[in-house]
Amino acid sequence: MAVCVAVIAKENYPLYIKTSNADNELKYSFTVHTSLDVVEEKISSVGKNANDLRELYLGLLYPTEDYKVYGYVTNTKVKFVLVVESSNTSLRDNEIRSMFRKLHNAFVDMQCNPFHSPGEKISSRSFEKTVATMMVPESHS
Amino acid sequence: MSWASEFPDVLLCRPTGLVVLTGLDTTYNAVHTAIWDSFCNNRRPDRVPLQFRVLGADHEYPKCKTKRTSYEWYMPRGVLKTGWMSKHLQQVPAVVVCFFDLDWDEVMWKERQMECATKVQIVRDSLSGRSTRVCVVLIQKNAPLPPGEDVVAAERAASLCSSCELSAKSLFVLPLTDHLLGYTIRLENAFYELSQSYYHTEARRVKSHKEFLNKTTHQLLYVRHQFKIAFFNELKQDSHTALKHYKQAYGHMLELRMHDTNILEVKTIGGYINYKICRLSFQHNSPLDAISQFRKHIDYFKSRAGNPELAFENCAWMSKQFQVFGDLFDEAIKLGLTAIQTQHPGFYYQQAASHATVRKQLVEALKKNDLHSPSPNPLELLDKLDFFGQRPWRQNHQSIDPPDALKERDGILALQVQELKVDHSWLIIPLLSNAMSQFKKYKSARMKRYLMVQMGFEYCHAKDYSKALTLLSRVTFDYRQERWWLLLTNILSTELKCSFLTAKVQDYVTTSLELIGQHTLNSIEDKTRIQMNLIRVMSGNRPEAEPDCAEECTEKARQLWKVALATSDPQIITIEMHNIVPFVECKTQFTQSSFTTNQEITIQVFLRTTCQFPIRFSKLSILLNKQHYHGKCMLNDGNGITNDNTIAEGGDLYLVPGVIKTHSFSFVPDQSDVGQTLEITSVALELGNEGSICAILLWPRGGGDAVATPLSQQQISHRFPVKPITDPTDWRSIQVQASTKLVSRPAQLEVTVAHCSPCLLQEVYQMTVNICNKEDTPIKGVEFDLRMKSGQSEDSKTHLSVALDCKSGAQDSKSCSLKINFGDIAVGESITRDIFLQCDDVGIRNFVAQVSYDIEQSVNTHAITCRCEKSLIVDIDVVKPFDVNLKMNSLLFAPVACIHSDEPFLIQAEMSCLSPWTIEILNTELNLSQSVRFTDDEVESQLKGLSVESDECVNECQCLVAYPTVSPSINLGSYVITWRRSSAGTTIPPVTTEVPLPVANIELVPVLVELLTPSCGYIQKVFPVTYEIHNRTPYSQELEFSMDNSDNFMFAGHKHVRILFKIASITIAMFLIYFFRFISECFRSQRSTCTTTLFRCSLVTWLFLGSMSTSSATLTAWMVRSRTCYPLTSSSARVEKKAAVEPPSSLFEIHFWSICILRFVFFCK
Repeated sequence: MAVCVAVIAKENYPLYIKTSNADNELKYSFTVHTSLDVVEEKISSVGKNANDLRELYLGLLYPTEDYKVYGYVTNTKVKFVLVVESSNTSLRDNEIRSMFRKLHNAFVDMQCNPFHSPGEKISSRSFEKTVATMMVPESHS
Repeated sequence: MSWASEFPDVLLCRPTGLVVLTGLDTTYNAVHTAIWDSFCNNRRPDRVPLQFRVLGADHEYPKCKTKRTSYEWYMPRGVLKTGWMSKHLQQVPAVVVCFFDLDWDEVMWKERQMECATKVQIVRDSLSGRSTRVCVVLIQKNAPLPPGEDVVAAERAASLCSSCELSAKSLFVLPLTDHLLGYTIRLENAFYELSQSYYHTEARRVKSHKEFLNKTTHQLLYVRHQFKIAFFNELKQDSHTALKHYKQAYGHMLELRMHDTNILEVKTIGGYINYKICRLSFQHNSPLDAISQFRKHIDYFKSRAGNPELAFENCAWMSKQFQVFGDLFDEAIKLGLTAIQTQHPGFYYQQAASHATVRKQLVEALKKNDLHSPSPNPLELLDKLDFFGQRPWRQNHQSIDPPDALKERDGILALQVQELKVDHSWLIIPLLSNAMSQFKKYKSARMKRYLMVQMGFEYCHAKDYSKALTLLSRVTFDYRQERWWLLLTNILSTELKCSFLTAKVQDYVTTSLELIGQHTLNSIEDKTRIQMNLIRVMSGNRPEAEPDCAEECTEKARQLWKVALATSDPQIITIEMHNIVPFVECKTQFTQSSFTTNQEITIQVFLRTTCQFPIRFSKLSILLNKQHYHGKCMLNDGNGITNDNTIAEGGDLYLVPGVIKTHSFSFVPDQSDVGQTLEITSVALELGNEGSICAILLWPRGGGDAVATPLSQQQISHRFPVKPITDPTDWRSIQVQASTKLVSRPAQLEVTVAHCSPCLLQEVYQMTVNICNKEDTPIKGVEFDLRMKSGQSEDSKTHLSVALDCKSGAQDSKSCSLKINFGDIAVGESITRDIFLQCDDVGIRNFVAQVSYDIEQSVNTHAITCRCEKSLIVDIDVVKPFDVNLKMNSLLFAPVACIHSDEPFLIQAEMSCLSPWTIEILNTELNLSQSVRFTDDEVESQLKGLSVESDECVNECQCLVAYPTVSPSINLGSYVITWRRSSAGTTIPPVTTEVPLPVANIELVPVLVELLTPSCGYIQKVFPVTYEIHNRTPYSQELEFSMDNSDNFMFAGHKHVRILFKIASITIAMFLIYFFRFISECFRSQRSTCTTTLFRCSLVTWLFLGSMSTSSATLTAWMVRSRTCYPLTSSSARVEKKAAVEPPSSLFEIHFWSICILRFVFFCK
């Protein structure tokens, strides 16, 4: 399960960051922020041919000692970033993919809400709930 | 602690074989020095990898241990001895070379040979038992003869070899010739081969021990032996075999049992072997192998931290592993390897730094305990360890439990004390800086920034606050730009701390402005504290210390602040607000997008703070692009910053959080600025006292939101209708309007330019300007200006004239614009003026008529003079008034292509009116040239006084005669029409239009026949017919004239005459013709009728043309002329050229038919 879930706007400012442990929020924020380097690089390297359908899932972004950072970019360039502990070997690529899909669905549902103004911080309860299902329980860390 | 994780130099260097040179006296013997230099200097990479040392022949080499025959009772005490590698790199040579001065032709050969043999023996003795190769180099003065030719040499060489117990291959000769380096290189290569064979043997020797070992007791030896074999192979420069054995060594090492007592040793050796493996893998250009080996290595040891009391040791070790691998990776890149964004040395440096940081944190925890170094110091022997990675207080110990628990505790304590002395920040910062440069190289700007932040924090930790401040201030911009408030807040808090500790007022204030705003995410208490401190600073007091500052630093900072705030000069801090996200926001707007000069300009300023407590600013000023308004856009708050509630007299800049404060400035615009744009260049809000300390918050242009809304959000917000009115309570609805236009006051005038379009070409066209004052007050200095619209006036071909005075003639003042000064106009009065226009070209003209005037106005009790303007566009179409078509006709009104001199012809002018207006023709006139004249004496215009309306057409016709001339064509002159449009008054001068007459071609006619008949004949009456024949040639001509018979006529006179035709004389032939036949039909029709009938006569002449230049071709046409115009008598002549005779005289037969109109008189019975 993830230790950090982040949604980042097209302009690269955070829309939502949830960490399993509030103490680590700063650290994870930096991790997520720095991972945008790779995300941008990956997007820009694909975008040359307009006919190419880019895969939304970007895969593993950063191989760090303690965490694995995965990225996912929607067609509107909204980025999802998942941080998973390296010790957590139970998560395969497929599981990560499905987590992203779930996140994307929840995000789309939230955008459909007429009272939500796009580009603002996410404060939807149902989105929170979805995120909570894919997070490491708080007591764990 | 650094000792345990350090990599010894002997490990890091590239192992090269050691060759010892003996018998060289490098101090006193110049030849020997040169030889030595050629060996050791200038070792370029293309030379063999060997290391040379000069030693005496009797040098003592390390003693060789006695060979072990059995390992049965041997208990290894460690993995690898500390001195082993350096021993084989620097002390135990692979080859010992004995240099000896000896020529083949040496006189005392025997003695010298003995001497050499003794020397070799000494060397052999000193090597006691080692298999080091020994060889001899003879330094000879003479150049050697080609091999096989010098019998003495071969013989003596053999004898020398045998006396020295050397193989022939180990004897070399070094002649002292010019090519010393060439010989040296050859010798070197020979030594290299010898050294390789030595190391090969050594490796084999170590390998042979394997059979004596068993897995239970000699696990350490498995590692050691494999390491040694690998190392010897490396010395042999066989890196592939070396790598294989290092891998085996690593494999054996993983099998070792690890416990607290030996964990450091295992890790140390593991690190060494791993280093070697990675290094060789990179060298073999297989970076993926190196990376996976390193990963395996780290994964294996990561979890094996060992004694928790010495956890920092593990971190130091990890950090070092990463750092060294990063170095290896970087070196490989420098040698041509390419890395990618997600796999480059930066990650390893970063990880090294992160382990170093963990180490620092662990040590910080240790600091809390009061630690004292135990005595005696158990670490005394730290530099003199027998084996790598062992504890100095229990060396050579390999059992699971420490032998002495007390000593163990002392040892750990001593290690901890030692660790406390390390300044970790200076270990971390270089690692971060390395990582930073790598991430920069691989296009990871954010990671680079993150590392800068970490570095800044580390500097802060190392108490180098100003450096920390510099670093951090360089990255805040990007975090602000990307709106990562959490990260920004974190960085700013550290910045605030640093600026407090260094007493940098500017930075302190700037950071505070940001930290108390709504976007930063620090706690409310923090914000409160920071705001209080800010107010303290701005009122000249020292701020309170930031939390988590070391006591001595705070103390130092207090002194610094005292100095910083005590300066007598006023401190003015200018802060550009667009660079930060401040707690106070400002928006300004001109209330209108344009102002007229008789209006007051109003600027509204909206201020809002998002801090915790109300705050009082001291001054608000708006800077415009016109400086003379500055004095009018200033607001002073008379109270000090600390004054809370009282409302000031001058103005009030006491801002309550969340409440929008509005100020407006109004001023009367300067008349000279009309037509210009007034812009707000910046808004300045001052905090504090200008006399002592003052912060000027500067917004460029009209200010705006602290955080710009991203574009996508703006687009979305436009889906909803935008509120048209600025709601002073809704900050988001306030739009910034930083520029306005100053326009002139709208003119209350009625201006008309009346005219009857279209204008006719060349006509003096009248336009009437009417200006009526509709203002409430009289207007002054009214000026009327008419000019061609820009772009048209450049067209110089259409020159047109606008003139005021008819009499002076429009032609005189040819200008495209005119200006009329109307002077003053009273209220309600109107002034009319005529202006005239003349165009010499057709087409549409666009004129701009502009009226400007001054008017007195009062704005807010100010009396000002406004200049007002009104302009309108006048379009005039210029058309042609008529078309004149001039034709030349014969007297019979048949168009002619050419005329004949002395023969009359008609010029017919046809004028068709094209203008919509009726044109009155005042006169028409033919201005004839010298070559033609009128046939009549008095000529009068036939069109004079006619009025022609649109689409009407008038004709006139004049009879002309051309004078004889020799030129083939003549200019006839011109046709002049004087006209005006009939609606124009008599004051308007008439227009004279001149049309050139067509150019006429003149044709010379040698003979002219003229028929003179009555206008009509009567039946049975005499009908006189006269032919006049004119000779136009300068010669006499003979003429034969005959008249044909006709059924209708009978005639009297000569039927056939032959005449001599004198020069220029006229001969007349006259006939009487009786009407002969009666046409019964005429009677039957019972009415009077006319009929035409033909008669024919022929003229045959021999024309002698003499030297006349007229060629025969021009003689094709003959003219028969009749004086009578009516009834029509037409004659046609046919010319037949009888024969092709020479030009001077040709025979012509001319037949011409004359038509006679006969009138029948009918008599009724």
